[in-house]
Amino acid sequence: MRDLSCDVLVIGSGPAGLAAAYQARRSGSGRVVLVERNDELGGILPQCIHNGFGGRVFQTDLTGPEYASRWIHQAHEVGVEFLSRTMVLSIEPGPSIVATGSVCGLVRIEAKALVLAMGCRERTRGALAIPGTRPAGVYTAGTAQRLVNIEGFMPGERFVILGSGDIGMIMARRLTLEGAEVAVMVEIMPYISGLRRNLVQCVRDYDIPLLLCTTVTGVIGRDRVEAVTISQVDERWQPVPGTQREIPCDTLLLSVGLIPENELSRMAGVALDPLTGGPYVDERLATSVPGIFAAGNVVHVYDLVDHVTESALQAGRYAADYARQGAQEKAPIGRLIPLRAGRNVQHVVPQALHMEALEDGEATIEFRVRQPIEASVRAQITSGDQVLVSRRLRYARPSEMVTLSLDLAHAQRAGRAEMLRVEVIPSVA
Amino acid sequence: MRSYDVIIIGAGVVGSLIARALSRYTLRVLLIDRASDVGEGTTKANTAIVHAGYDAKPGSLKARLNVAGNAMFDRLCAELDVDFERCGTCVVALSDYELATLRELHQRGQENGVPGIELLGAEEMRRREPALTDKASGALYAATGGIVDPFGLCIAAAECAVLNGVELALGTEALDFTREGQRITGVITNHGEFRSHWVIIAAGLWADELLHKAGLDGFYITPRKGEYLVLDRVAAELVHTVLFPCPTPLSKGILVTRTIHGNVMLGPNAVDILDKDDLATTAEGLHEVMAGALRLVPSLDSRSIIRNYAGLRATGGTGDFRIEVPPELHGLLVLAGIESPGLTASPAIAEHVVELLREAGLSLAERPDFDPTRVGRPRFSKLNRDQQQALIAADPRYGNIVCRCETVTEGEIVAACHAPIPARTYDALKRRTRVGTGRCQGAFDTPLVITIMARELGISPLEVTQKGGNSRLLYRETKGAAP
Repeated sequence: MRDLSCDVLVIGSGPAGLAAAYQARRSGSGRVVLVERNDELGGILPQCIHNGFGGRVFQTDLTGPEYASRWIHQAHEVGVEFLSRTMVLSIEPGPSIVATGSVCGLVRIEAKALVLAMGCRERTRGALAIPGTRPAGVYTAGTAQRLVNIEGFMPGERFVILGSGDIGMIMARRLTLEGAEVAVMVEIMPYISGLRRNLVQCVRDYDIPLLLCTTVTGVIGRDRVEAVTISQVDERWQPVPGTQREIPCDTLLLSVGLIPENELSRMAGVALDPLTGGPYVDERLATSVPGIFAAGNVVHVYDLVDHVTESALQAGRYAADYARQGAQEKAPIGRLIPLRAGRNVQHVVPQALHMEALEDGEATIEFRVRQPIEASVRAQITSGDQVLVSRRLRYARPSEMVTLSLDLAHAQRAGRAEMLRVEVIPSVA
Repeated sequence: MRSYDVIIIGAGVVGSLIARALSRYTLRVLLIDRASDVGEGTTKANTAIVHAGYDAKPGSLKARLNVAGNAMFDRLCAELDVDFERCGTCVVALSDYELATLRELHQRGQENGVPGIELLGAEEMRRREPALTDKASGALYAATGGIVDPFGLCIAAAECAVLNGVELALGTEALDFTREGQRITGVITNHGEFRSHWVIIAAGLWADELLHKAGLDGFYITPRKGEYLVLDRVAAELVHTVLFPCPTPLSKGILVTRTIHGNVMLGPNAVDILDKDDLATTAEGLHEVMAGALRLVPSLDSRSIIRNYAGLRATGGTGDFRIEVPPELHGLLVLAGIESPGLTASPAIAEHVVELLREAGLSLAERPDFDPTRVGRPRFSKLNRDQQQALIAADPRYGNIVCRCETVTEGEIVAACHAPIPARTYDALKRRTRVGTGRCQGAFDTPLVITIMARELGISPLEVTQKGGNSRLLYRETKGAAP
């Protein structure tokens, strides 16, 4: 087995990994190695040939491949070393990793700091336990996106799409442009789960029927999907008797949520938050295992790639700090205060923060709301009865991440708080 | 016309093990199956348990072949390089009333000659299985019970048979028989007629229809559907053995078991149906399975579910296996109603069939070059780092991971495409390599696998199917794609 060592090792070359590796080098790390399992760098971006990337980071509207290539270029320029076609098999204490590739064989890489940037995977039919037969023609939206945009093949001609995630809506448009028919898109919730702009640009503009409070209740077909049954659901998401109907189709596409990919994290002993599916992190994106940081969708599922990049830059910077400081300064910086999801908040990242760390600069608190509110709301962080920071928003939607910045002044107001709470409440006019 | 000594109809685990048993002798044997792969019937969708043998009625053929078959598994799986583990099985009583059932089963087990069975108290049981419900009042533990890879066993047995000279014809459906008077002289298939001195019906769910074709009426197979849920590996730490509830007349009940592949499996329920092709799961059925499993292990988390499926048991209605040379016909051997514990009994059934043929006058001369072993193909995930390194050095394709959840390499997929019984469909590849069986259920590997299969099988990606027939995975090229 070959042995390598480096200062910062990043797993995954999607937007999170690219930004973390770039920033680690920029922050002074000597050797930064980025390990990617695919031939191509960029993670999922190369198959995202639609636009909508880079508005915040580059102040311009880019496609996925363009956004990726800018970051690949930047990372190259600052001297990040890439190891593509290489899959990490395990993370061991140290930290070190063992990876395999058809080019390099098995390789062990020791690192002073590690950044987890494996992204997320799609929820599958199995996870939803959709009953029926098991024919060919059931795909996740992302797999279909790869088949169409990278491999150049259409996986079907007449589609039903379950779920209204962003990839599903984008694929509805893409498949239509390729001459296929999207018979209907159904969403079990009373609101869409993806971004409003995708609803407008990908679904409404192409006259694709969208049924809310509706789900797929069965798959029909022996060899290939022949139809699916759909039903309206009640407020407990149970099918309403008498509303079931059969929709002929040859393909069922699933866009029903993303799950942070943390099998390696689990193997490394990183503690995971059941609410996010990702590691518990502090304001440095440090996980529970010293020297292991996490960035991007591996932490929690983001709405925009630009947000992934911004957060991953932080992870890269702190990983570089950790790698440079050596063992003596690796003790946590001060007291860790938990941040909890309060009223109408699904989860919060970071899950805890060191107030003392705010002396170096403000911390970004990211979270998602539970229920949509189509009216003015206040997002706030509280300590007991005291509101530390508050921001007014025109609306709150589960599909859009909300952020708040917490600075030293806020923190000082919290005094010796045991816990902070994040909540989103209707604002009083 | 091609002519054989024995034609076996049905390449499930029973037919394949019979083929292997017969390949020991200087016989011309043909194994046919209508599906595109071996083991496509009950073999691919069952509970994958090697039963100890306390269930069957003492004195029955089922009881005898169950206990005998169980004892054969260590050697069989070693010879065929198949995953098998004697992890022990437990029937759990959930009330004092059910403790009486345990005592009955224990008694029956002793009558059937089952070694290593003992009654355990509630405390001991919970010590062994901490996740077990606190309502458990005791258990019957069977040390010889185990878990196995059922389709792996079938594939290995069929490969071993093929390597020893058995001819295998897939996609070949037995439509009728040829006969001369009271003698069956061959099989008419969709690929023509084959003559044979002996025809063995090992057709699982379709055994009755073939019996009727042969002119033997009055026997019917009822498909009994069982639905299952498969949980992610993360749940596997919850169960160490196989946990059964107390049995009912219809079935052994909804159990919670670790699988040989490291998942947890829940099920089956038992619903008698009419359609032998109806493998659909139902919302009610899956709910029943989850509820049943939660009675045994309340901490099971439905969020760990990665797949559901249904299998059909070929229930004969007599309560026993029917394995015989019908007196009214010559040249025919029938296996019917091979329901649970058919998988466990299958190696003993194969030996039993050989003896029945010998008694019926088939001359059996051993082949000097018979090799009972089948060497499995390398499984990257099961090797240590040094072995992995050596494998990649010999063939770099073993360094390329195609399925991340189950750590399956390109090398393994290529090898399966060129095996003695080549994998020609995605599902066939799944059963041989575990590709696509993990938590992402093929979302990551499918595009890669299509490319590799097309290349290795010399076909267009558009011709790659999930399970043969009309189950193609892709429809056409995108607009403007290169020709």
